Amino acid sequence: MTRRRGRLAWLPYLFLTAAALLFLVPVYLVVITSFKDPATINLATTWQVPERWYWQSFREAWQLLAPKLLNSATLTVFATVLSAMMGSMNGYVLSKWRFRGANILFPLMLFGMFIPYQSILIPLFQFLRDLNLYGGIPGLILVHVVYGLPITTLIFRNYYAEIPDEMVEASKIDGASFFGIYRHLIFPLSLPGFVVVIIWQFTQIWNEFLFAVTLTKVESQPITVALAQLAGGEAVKWNLPMAGAILAALPTLLVYILLGRYFIRGLLAGSVKG
Amino acid sequence: MKGSRDRLTAVLMLTPSLILVGIFVYGFIARTFYTSLTNWGSDPAQALARNPVLRFVGFSNYRELFTGFIDVRFRQDLVNTFFFTLFFLLGCLLIGLTLAILLDQDIRGEGVFRTIFLFPMSLSFIVTGTVWRWLLQPRGGVNVLPTLVGAEPLEFRWLTSRNQVWQFNWQDLPVYTGALVAVVLAWLLLSAWRQRRRGRVVAALVSLLFILGWTVGGTPGIELLPYPETHGFNLAFIGIIAAAVWQMSGYTMALYLAGLRGIPVELREAAQVDGASGLQVYRYVVLPLLQPITLSAMIILGHISLKIFDLIFAMAGADNATTDVPALLMYLTTFRGNQFAKGAAIAVVLLLMVAAVIVPYLWSSLKSEVRR
Repeated sequence: MTRRRGRLAWLPYLFLTAAALLFLVPVYLVVITSFKDPATINLATTWQVPERWYWQSFREAWQLLAPKLLNSATLTVFATVLSAMMGSMNGYVLSKWRFRGANILFPLMLFGMFIPYQSILIPLFQFLRDLNLYGGIPGLILVHVVYGLPITTLIFRNYYAEIPDEMVEASKIDGASFFGIYRHLIFPLSLPGFVVVIIWQFTQIWNEFLFAVTLTKVESQPITVALAQLAGGEAVKWNLPMAGAILAALPTLLVYILLGRYFIRGLLAGSVKG
Repeated sequence: MKGSRDRLTAVLMLTPSLILVGIFVYGFIARTFYTSLTNWGSDPAQALARNPVLRFVGFSNYRELFTGFIDVRFRQDLVNTFFFTLFFLLGCLLIGLTLAILLDQDIRGEGVFRTIFLFPMSLSFIVTGTVWRWLLQPRGGVNVLPTLVGAEPLEFRWLTSRNQVWQFNWQDLPVYTGALVAVVLAWLLLSAWRQRRRGRVVAALVSLLFILGWTVGGTPGIELLPYPETHGFNLAFIGIIAAAVWQMSGYTMALYLAGLRGIPVELREAAQVDGASGLQVYRYVVLPLLQPITLSAMIILGHISLKIFDLIFAMAGADNATTDVPALLMYLTTFRGNQFAKGAAIAVVLLLMVAAVIVPYLWSSLKSEVRR
């Protein structure tokens, strides 16, 4: 650590505080706008704190968006759990049961998490339509599970690489089978890995938009699509979209604030090499 | 033997994922590529048929995109993506590095600052877009901030401005490319000269002269368009870049911070013992060690910015021509215009751009792992 000389010790604090305030400006604006009576919202008083705190917008936004939030919740929970479980098994195989060709298959799999999904969207749309899964939540779950596999596999593979191979070898000598080793050795050690993967997938799927907007019908819309529509009109009353934005943001924001450490670990896992 | 049976089980357990990824990634990409070579959508009667009759038309969709009169929008989109990526990367790297270095000064309350800088990462681009759209209203938001201190409001129309700067002729692109290659070659020549590697000096010099000759000679052999066509940086992107930087600079901060914490304390102390000042420690010890992180960040952010879609959708709408990018154009062409083949061609171009960034990255990081 570079110890600052006493005289200038306040300097970084000055810059950091200024930067933090700047980062929070949008938050300030959202919160005050969402609590304003729509009749009092006008462009000249954009920045002023509401004279009277008005809760009605949240009730309205909730009534409008609750079914969409439920859609997102269903989608997110199922897709997250399934892709985490499959990722865990894949990671176990790729880190402890290395086989010939794995060095080629793994990067080919990883490439799948970087592609622009536009490049698979047309066949995906046809495929789901042919299976009668187009427009519904089960289809969207399938899509998120499949395209989540690369990142969940990557995180678990790197996580299991930390478990010494000797422990696995010892279990093998003791006569443990493939599943026995997973159940009694690997899985019990997996909790932190699962936390990282689940938080990552939860955030990604909750926030996703491209699949949501192209593969759903009105009744199965996730929250991101509903919010985009709510705010998309021209003559919008801004209290409602702002309240909606807060509702849409709260789940991932809470996860981030409560479990930030794991969130950052997932963030770094997506970029720092396998 | 029991061991080999377990080995087989292992491969079998991986198989479903491999098949799924094989179909959903590679099979679908192949199918998209095939679609881009057909005329699907050019005949409205066939466009929405369940089993449309398709005709193979070769690369004519691509030819239209790059040279067709109607598809001028696609070329401007490529220019938009270029400028967006450039400024988005610069913004994220500079702000991220600055914040990380500031936080590295033994700051009390570091956790609070870190949480504030990183929280936008947890939001959906749709939420960010909705909020920033309100922030950038032409007669509200940021534009009325000066009135709080009694000044005149700003007039800039953040998301709908039609102003374009740094205009250039699309036909001149080969010249710019040639000049860029020449600069790179000159740099290679210089470093080869310094290292006294004669073979490389000769090779670089010959290529440099060739490229210079070709560029100055009016780039013979390449004519992108038969007529001049102006493109440039749309100022309507400034607000979108600001929102994107707001959301993602915390990520570069986290990367840099992890890098800074990974530098052994002894290394910095040794430099200080040798008489380096605080700034010199950063200039000569810390920053060079952070270079690999800058590269990773550039690749991750670069591929995000090539794919940027939701943020612009939420901020400016899907059909705001001045803030269009290929990812949005693909969506419009395919799902609103029912021009499936053209949309597929745009998607393939997009995929190639992303692959050009990602494949070398995957290649090098996995190669270094094998060596380890």
